[in-house]
Amino acid sequence: MTNSIADIHEANVILVIGSNTTENHPIVALEMKRAVSDFEVKLIVIDPREIRLTEYADMWLSQKPGTDVAVLNGLMNVIIEEGLEDKDFIDKRTEDYKELKKTVSKYTPEEVENISGIPADSLREAARLFASAEKGAIFYSMGITQHTTGTDNVLSVANLAMLTGNIGRPGTGVNPLRGQNNVQGACDMGALPGCVSGYQNICDLGIIKKCKDVWGVKLPEKPGLVATEMMDAVLRGEVKAMYVMGENPMLSDPDLNHVKEAFKKLDFLVVQDVFLTETAEFADVVLPGVTFAEKDGTFTNTERRVQRVRRAIAPVGNSRPDWLIISNLAKAMGYDMNYAAVGEITNEIASITPTYGGIIFERVSEESVQWPCPDATHQGTPILHTAKFTRGLGKFHAVEYKAPAEQPDKDYPFILITGRLLYHFHTGTMTRRSMGLNEVCKEARVEINFVDAKKLKIKDNDWVELSSRRGKVKVKARITSHIPKGTIFVPFHFKESPINMLTNPALDPVSKIPEFKVCAVRIDKVGSK
Amino acid sequence: MSKINLTINGEKIEAEPGQTILEVAKENGIKIPTLCHDPRLKSYGACRVCLVEVEGARNFLPACATKVGDGMAVRTNTIPLYKIRRTIVELLLSDHELSCLTCESAGQCQLQDLAYELGIEENRFKGEKHIYTIEDYNPLIERDPNKCILCGRCVRICEEIQQNKVYTFANRGFDSVVTTPYDKSLIETKCELCGQCISTCPTGALTEKMSRYKGRVWETEKVKTVCPYCGCGCELELQIKNGEIICVSADVESGVNKGNTCVKGRFGYDFVNHPDRLTSPLVRKDGKLVEVSWDEAIKTVADKFSKIKKKHGADAIAGLSSAKCTNEENYLMQKFMRAVIGTNNIDHCARL
Repeated sequence: MTNSIADIHEANVILVIGSNTTENHPIVALEMKRAVSDFEVKLIVIDPREIRLTEYADMWLSQKPGTDVAVLNGLMNVIIEEGLEDKDFIDKRTEDYKELKKTVSKYTPEEVENISGIPADSLREAARLFASAEKGAIFYSMGITQHTTGTDNVLSVANLAMLTGNIGRPGTGVNPLRGQNNVQGACDMGALPGCVSGYQNICDLGIIKKCKDVWGVKLPEKPGLVATEMMDAVLRGEVKAMYVMGENPMLSDPDLNHVKEAFKKLDFLVVQDVFLTETAEFADVVLPGVTFAEKDGTFTNTERRVQRVRRAIAPVGNSRPDWLIISNLAKAMGYDMNYAAVGEITNEIASITPTYGGIIFERVSEESVQWPCPDATHQGTPILHTAKFTRGLGKFHAVEYKAPAEQPDKDYPFILITGRLLYHFHTGTMTRRSMGLNEVCKEARVEINFVDAKKLKIKDNDWVELSSRRGKVKVKARITSHIPKGTIFVPFHFKESPINMLTNPALDPVSKIPEFKVCAVRIDKVGSK
Repeated sequence: MSKINLTINGEKIEAEPGQTILEVAKENGIKIPTLCHDPRLKSYGACRVCLVEVEGARNFLPACATKVGDGMAVRTNTIPLYKIRRTIVELLLSDHELSCLTCESAGQCQLQDLAYELGIEENRFKGEKHIYTIEDYNPLIERDPNKCILCGRCVRICEEIQQNKVYTFANRGFDSVVTTPYDKSLIETKCELCGQCISTCPTGALTEKMSRYKGRVWETEKVKTVCPYCGCGCELELQIKNGEIICVSADVESGVNKGNTCVKGRFGYDFVNHPDRLTSPLVRKDGKLVEVSWDEAIKTVADKFSKIKKKHGADAIAGLSSAKCTNEENYLMQKFMRAVIGTNNIDHCARL
């Protein structure tokens, strides 16, 4: 997030697009609801589904899945057409506005209605509501990113924020809500193929020297593979061994049959986890790590806040903290990796990571800090880009709408969206083993619009078989009016109904994110064939 | 804006404009008892145990709902106030199930604490008592109206913070009761089972089913840490007894969540001590994963990685780090892949 959770209520209008906030970020949703009820903040929700947040919203626009660029361009078209853009901000803080203006001029509300299904007048109204506010904040999540046009979607969100001058002040911002407790931190720490901690590019001479000094080795030069590319590399025979720590690709990745083939083909698989996950079942060696409750360290939340994690109980059985296992392994391979305690690692991170420079263990044990925090005297940064952007001027990227990789057709007439539910988390490794949560919600249900259900003669709780070009899954039906006709939703938490058997592994060309939010499927009532 | 000067129990105090007497007293270490107050909620003034004397005021005033004024002289501990508070608590106790011996809230019950402070041994008011039987078919939240003091905190937190409006008052006067629409089980309402109502309940009317009989509050150690689920980064207090988490709470005065949690944060902790936990390293031998020592497991991995690296090059090995692990572990994992293995094939599930 460019901004902080605490300043949500300072907005005049909040735009939520592609985030089912009440279920996936419940505490952020509390702040949004409080902003609406106690601070008269207007709320616009853009989501294909009638998610719970729409109950609190002034406007809800339901777009056809995968048409976000068109919708965002349409909003900008109206804003420019009606002179609601922030001319001063555009002049002083941005560049390439002309290209943007030219591109979005084609996306008239009527044209966008044809693409997205959002009525032209609703789009106009939403554009006016957002652009006339003094402070507008945009929130998004995987509904924006998990598309083959994920990067374009994010660029469009940034375009809208810059066009309306909604960057760098309280109650504004481009605010992605991160889905896992430390996904922000994992990125910040350089668990990415192209950069070391603090997003320092592996080709950057500064970090190459720092790594030489601190790590004592030369950084490898060849760019690495992203997670979604690794499976293909295994099948091509290029990758022979994998070391998987606390991840479960056998439920979380798209096109699971493909993933399974890859894991079978590996010469050697090491899985480090707290349970024998679906992935660990393929492993040659399983190393027992520990849960959050058994270790010290830090997590970084969605608003870049680095917070202290404290060990509450001793490691269960003969398990070990993951940092210790990695050190053990490094030593066994002849690399001297010696840390007496976690704090030494925290401080090594501070020493080579400019954005974490002031985040030393002793300090973060006393107070949480939002990065960038370059040194010990720095207070941290609740709001990014207040005076200038990281690159100087904010660059408008004119992007055109591109259709999703797979469209519904005669054989596979429905669009499948996958996602999460309130009561479960990711592949369910933890929540499926939390007795209460699993009792409240113990199985996957496919949400089907009641009109579609009637046509297919499917009743609530009937078993149906969903199939795509890649696989089949059996699941019970939930008939609802909260999902538009022609679209279905299935959560990916449940190993009994592994919906990623069906999803499309088509990737965004830049970010390599798979298109989990759109794939073509068919529905058959079980026993009807 | 200029500061406000007042006295509490004769002590000179400086306060910010807009603060309530209760807030100012708390900041200055002066305890005023409350039952219906929660800093997360709007002032309500229902229980009247926070009444104070303000010089020149016609009546006693509720400290939670009265803003400080310049020159105000407040007294919090006079004999008339003691008598009022005692009467209020006696009245509450007269229709309260006194099962403190086994009540889950014993030791953290504000009503119990207040009865103790006021020295209430015998109750002067012996009258009719309600006997409610409520069965709520949900696995997480226990409701017991026999212990409810009608402070409205659950009603208000669900309305003001969670904004689900699951609870409401029904009936009038002595028969007033907090219930759900049509007396339904929570699971049949809009309830999201977040447990915010438990977090604010001052008595044992709302308690956690999973924690039942697992431990008393004074037997537990509280450890502040960060929730393992979504990216909000809520601060949680794990309550530990005998090496096991028996309950999760949150501090209303700290963290991004200020005492609020969702259903996963509050109730999704028992996976930690689940019998499925891996407790020993495993190595596949003759097709089966068998338990081995750490030394053997580490040696097996180190040897195999070294062999593959030698034969096929470092880029034949790829690592997946974890958005569930700490910053330190993610940093080490990428350092291991880059410095020890010698490849940039390192990523994690940010996209999934």
